[in-house]
Amino acid sequence: MNLKRSKKPMIITLALVAAVYIAVFIAEQQLPATSMLFTVLKKGAVYALVAVSMNLLNGFTGIFSLGQAGFMLVGAYVYGIFTIPVVQRAAVYQYFDGGVIQFTVPIIVAVIMAGLAAAFFAFLIGLPVLRLKSDYLAIATLGFAEIIRAIFQWNGLGPVTNGSNMLRAFPNFNDFNIKDTQGNVTVYLSTLIPFIMAGVCILLIVLLINSSYGRALKAIRDDEVAAEAMGINLAHHKRLAFCVSSFFAGVGGAMLAMYQTTVQAKSFTSAMTYEILLIVVIGGIGSVTGSVFSSFLFVACSEWWLRFLDEQQTIGDFQVPLLRNGFRLVVFSIIIMIVVLFFRRGIMGDKELPDLLSRRAGKKGRAVK
Amino acid sequence: MSEAVNKNEVLRLENITMQFGGVVAINNLSLEVNQGEIVALIGPNGAGKTTAFNCITGVYEPTNGIVYFHGRPIVVNHPQGKMVKQYGGINGDMYKDRKLVVHTPDRITHMGIARTFQNIRLFKSQTAFDNVLIGTHLRKMSNMFTATFRLNAKEEKANREKTAQLLEIVGLADVANELATSLPYGKQRRLEIARALATDPTLLLLDEPAAGMNPQETDELGEFIVDIKNRFNLTVFMIEHHMNLVMDISDRIYVLDFGKQIAEGTPEEIQKNPVVIAAYLGVEEE
Repeated sequence: MNLKRSKKPMIITLALVAAVYIAVFIAEQQLPATSMLFTVLKKGAVYALVAVSMNLLNGFTGIFSLGQAGFMLVGAYVYGIFTIPVVQRAAVYQYFDGGVIQFTVPIIVAVIMAGLAAAFFAFLIGLPVLRLKSDYLAIATLGFAEIIRAIFQWNGLGPVTNGSNMLRAFPNFNDFNIKDTQGNVTVYLSTLIPFIMAGVCILLIVLLINSSYGRALKAIRDDEVAAEAMGINLAHHKRLAFCVSSFFAGVGGAMLAMYQTTVQAKSFTSAMTYEILLIVVIGGIGSVTGSVFSSFLFVACSEWWLRFLDEQQTIGDFQVPLLRNGFRLVVFSIIIMIVVLFFRRGIMGDKELPDLLSRRAGKKGRAVK
Repeated sequence: MSEAVNKNEVLRLENITMQFGGVVAINNLSLEVNQGEIVALIGPNGAGKTTAFNCITGVYEPTNGIVYFHGRPIVVNHPQGKMVKQYGGINGDMYKDRKLVVHTPDRITHMGIARTFQNIRLFKSQTAFDNVLIGTHLRKMSNMFTATFRLNAKEEKANREKTAQLLEIVGLADVANELATSLPYGKQRRLEIARALATDPTLLLLDEPAAGMNPQETDELGEFIVDIKNRFNLTVFMIEHHMNLVMDISDRIYVLDFGKQIAEGTPEEIQKNPVVIAAYLGVEEE
C-alpha cells in the first residue's frame, strides 16, 4: 500500500515558484519600471490572492458568496485610514478637519488589521447569512457588500472614512523600492513585495485547505448531510471558512489600495466581485493554482494584450472596422462566454499543479511496467 | 419515569412520534438496544424505519417522545405551537413538563452514535482514504491555527495511521487512493462503515447495509458486521430488508408497519409471528 504520495511533484512545484520569484526580481532590475508587464504582475498578484480567497469559499466549502468586493473595501479602507502620514491628513481629510485618527501604524500591522476588520465584518454578516443556501446566500452577501459600500461613503462617518472623497497619500508599492540618499532607486522591489505578500497568504490558504479543517470543508462541499453525520459542525466550519476567506480578501483589499495608490468606496462595485468570480471559474472551481494562473491571464488580457482593440488600427491602407473605444470589452465578453460554455471546468478543473506533474509521472511509471 | 433502569442499555426510544404536517410517520415507538447486541428494525417500505434513524441521529426532531443514549436523554420533545392541535399520535401530554433537548446531528455523533445511509453518501470528490480520514476530524484536539501551521503533526499522524488500520480491517487497503465513487457498490458500503467507525462510536446505526448486494456479498457482510461489532466492542442497530441476513446475525428484531411497532422478539419468534407474516405478505381474505 502506497499512502505516501511521492514528494517529487511537490519539489518541482516549489522550484517553479522559486524560479518565478527570481525571474520577477531580475526583470524588475533590468526592465524599465513603466513597463506594462509590472502593472500586470502587481495587479495579477492582488487578484490572485483575492481569487484564491474566494475559491476557498466557493470552490472548497461550497458556499456561493458574492461579498468579496465588500470585504476588499473594508480592507482597503482600514489600510488607508491607518497608514496615511499624519502630516498629510489635513490635506486628505480637507472637508473633515483632518479626520479624527491622528496616528499611523506600520504597514505590516495595517495590512493585518485590514484582514482582521474584514473578518470581523464577515463574522457579523455570517451570523444571519450563513443560514441561507446557494442562490439566496449569494444574493444576501451581494446585498451586504453594497450596504458596506454605501456605509463607507456616508458623510456621517467622514472624519474616519473621508466620506465619498478618496483616501490617498498612504504608502504604496513604489515605496518598497530601496532608494539612495538622492532619491534614485537602487533596488526595485515594488513588484516583488506584492508577490511575496500574496505568496505568503496563498501558502497559508493552501496549508489550511490541506489540513484536517480543509478536509472538513471539502466534506461539507461534497455532502452536507453526511458531513454533519460525521460530526462536523456545519455552522462552525462555514463561519470559519467565511471569516478566513474574508480575512484574506481584506488583505487583498489593502494590497489593491497600495496598487491603486488611492481608495474610493465607489470603485468596489459588484462588477469587481464578478471579475473575481470569473477568474475563479476560468481557473477552475476548487483549484488554487488555477485561480492564480487565470488571475494573471485575466489581468494581462484586460490591461494589456487586448488593449489594441480599443484603438483604431490600420493594416497597410485598410482600416480594421469595429475597433474603437470599448470594443475590447465586447471581445472579452465573448471569450468568457466561450470559456463558460465549452470549458466549464476551467483551466485546471479541480487539479493542482503537483497533481498534474504526478499524473504524468504515474503514466510514465505504467508505461515501464 | 425511570432513567437508566438497565445498566446494559445503550439506546432507548420512549414513545417517539414523528408527525410531518398531518402525516404520522412514526406512531409512539418505544424500543431499546442493549450493550453488545445486534438489533434489527424491519418492516415493509414506508414503515418509518429510516425516519426512526433520523430521529435518533438528530436529522429530524421527533414531535413527541424521548431518546436516551447510555441513560442520558439526547432528544426530548413534545408537541408545540400548531402541532398541539394537529397532533395525531398518543401520549401528547406525557412530556409537556419536560425540558426540551435538541442536538444537531454532529453533536450526537460526538456522543458516540455513528451511522451509514440508505443511499450511499460518500464524499464524492475524495479518495477512500480521505473519506475515512474526515471521520477522525471530530475527535481532533487541534484548532484551526495549529492545524494550518502543522503544529498538530502528531495527531495528524495518529489519525492517518488509524485510517490506514480501518481500511485494512474493512479490506479496502488496496484501493485507499482511489476516488470513493469509482469503487464498486459493495466496497462503497464498506467504506461508509469504515468512515462511521472512524468517529469512534459506541453505537453503530446501519441503514440497509446490504441494499443492492447479491446473496454471497450479503453473507460476507453479515460476518463482517459481527466481526467489527466484536472488534470495536460496538452495539449495532440496523435496518435491513435481506431476511437471511437479519435472521442470521440479529439478537432481537423490531417490526414496524405504518409507523407502529407490530412485533418484537428473537428471530425465531418473529418468523412465526402471524402479525408479521400478515404485514409482509398480506392477509388472505376469506
